[in-house]
Amino acid sequence: MGSADAATVRGVTSDPLAGIPPSPAVWCSGLRKRYGRRTAVDDVSFTVGRGEVVGLLGPNGAGKTSVIKMLLGLVRPDAGEVLLLGRPSTDPRSRSAVGYLPELFRYQPWLTAAEVLDLHVKLAGADVDASERRECLALVGLAERAGDRVGGFSKGMQQRLGLAVALVARPELVVLDEPTSALDPLGRVDVRDIVLSLKSRGVAVLLNSHLIGEVERVCDRVVILDRGRVAASGTLAELLGQREVRLRLAGADGPAEERMRAAGALTRSGDWFTVQLTSDDDGVTVPDLVRDLVGLGVRVHAVEPVRISLEERLLAVLRHEEVAP
Amino acid sequence: MIALTVAGLTLREAFRRRVVWALLVLTVVLLALSGWGFSKLIGLDTDLGTMTSGEARLIASVLLNLIMFGFSLIAAIGTAFLAGPTLSGEVESGQALAILARPVRRSSVLLGKWLGLLTFGCGYVVVAGLAQLLVVRWAVGYWPPDPVAGLLLLAAETVVLLTLALLLSSVVSPLASGIISVGLFGATWVAGVVGGIGAALGNEGVERVGSVSRVVLPTDGLWRGAMNAFQDPFALAQMGQGEAGFPFLSDAPLTAAYLVWAAVWIAVVWGLTALSFQRRDV
Repeated sequence: MGSADAATVRGVTSDPLAGIPPSPAVWCSGLRKRYGRRTAVDDVSFTVGRGEVVGLLGPNGAGKTSVIKMLLGLVRPDAGEVLLLGRPSTDPRSRSAVGYLPELFRYQPWLTAAEVLDLHVKLAGADVDASERRECLALVGLAERAGDRVGGFSKGMQQRLGLAVALVARPELVVLDEPTSALDPLGRVDVRDIVLSLKSRGVAVLLNSHLIGEVERVCDRVVILDRGRVAASGTLAELLGQREVRLRLAGADGPAEERMRAAGALTRSGDWFTVQLTSDDDGVTVPDLVRDLVGLGVRVHAVEPVRISLEERLLAVLRHEEVAP
Repeated sequence: MIALTVAGLTLREAFRRRVVWALLVLTVVLLALSGWGFSKLIGLDTDLGTMTSGEARLIASVLLNLIMFGFSLIAAIGTAFLAGPTLSGEVESGQALAILARPVRRSSVLLGKWLGLLTFGCGYVVVAGLAQLLVVRWAVGYWPPDPVAGLLLLAAETVVLLTLALLLSSVVSPLASGIISVGLFGATWVAGVVGGIGAALGNEGVERVGSVSRVVLPTDGLWRGAMNAFQDPFALAQMGQGEAGFPFLSDAPLTAAYLVWAAVWIAVVWGLTALSFQRRDV
């Protein structure tokens, strides 16, 4: 039983920190970095909650990797603050429970895959036994190559090894910078499963990827960077905004249109009616609407949910076609 | 703890990359050749007649210093080219990213690299140097007056050069740092020879070239101390004043002040490297 639980049982709050939610996995504020005359990162702030999966999106040169490196203390910010798992990033201990797969993944070519993991377990000061290390290699599909020198690995295998390195020391935060850049489609699915598995275990993940579909599948929230600034951020529901439903109807008269307007803003094109649903829709609006339309004698030929994709939203934000939320 | 882990990694790299084996082969060849050469020295007939034992000892002293210089050169080049890629090379290749994102202080990583290189360089110089001394003893029966001090000074010379190579490695590219450090090592040695000639000719200005270079980079000063410990004390007297300035004999042992300066030099350059590495974006 933990100390906080013990205090609750006794009815005495002995630990003043008990009950306070843990600090976010990542908290950064006002990050700024210039390389010569070029501003790479300008006033970037965001948080990644414990157990949350956050996607970092943006075009090439948007500053995503620079932001990640500043979070991990690899690049010194010109301004701004970073807290990792509650500690300032200037303190090396802030990285005790952080796993990192860099965009430029390269490991000692004269070591074997198992030795690379041993090295990182030692550097992390973690207590991870040999069987757990082997499991970690097996998780990324390298169990058979544990004793082979990294120098003989393909790029895809090196990236898989990098993933194992990021996961081996029981991290509470995993930072993955383009984790599928060298992987085949099967490898990409593996990475998606690994991220979902981390999420289910309450491990926070910061994911930088160009594969918007992957980000959309696994991320709780998204931060979009453009030219070094946060162009938009929020949960997928917030970013993707209102959903729509398209209906192909026959015999829709005044009362039917009134019913549809009650569900949301209505537009009509021939037999097709488009109803905009609110973002706080609880999932019963569409079934109820269809039931009522049938009740009004309308023939329902088709019901199609229409949802703006993250890709469309990203492009709209980057092309400045709409105001960021 | 982190420093020891990184030191072990550095040593393992030297073994796995076959640097150690290449040096071993080179050293064995050099030892065998020198053993053969020294064995021919006894009873050597010259134009002036058969060499006396005193002359043989003089020549053995000079040759021993020459071969020891060869070892220090091998160690210098070896450590400089190992130290060169160690910081800038790992930053350029991306190897440093995964390591420095761990809960480690950069100064600990640097200390580990330095300790690993130091063990490698000094280990090589001491083992190869001792083997050479034994070969000379076997061949001509010559044993230097202070072999321990000589080997330690050779090791210290290696430490100076690898510390310099690490500093350069934190600011310039891997290849450039190796070339510059070996170049500076050679330039300081040449400056030392020039200074010796200046002293022999009684020209203070030229003599000062050697003194200044020995302060700026203590490799040549330590090397001269090592030579003094290896050579026959009577050899210099036997050579006579006219031969002063000869590059493979040293006329005086090192002063304590110079040894302190060498230690301070290493500490200052190490501190500068730590500062530079700490501030570097990777």
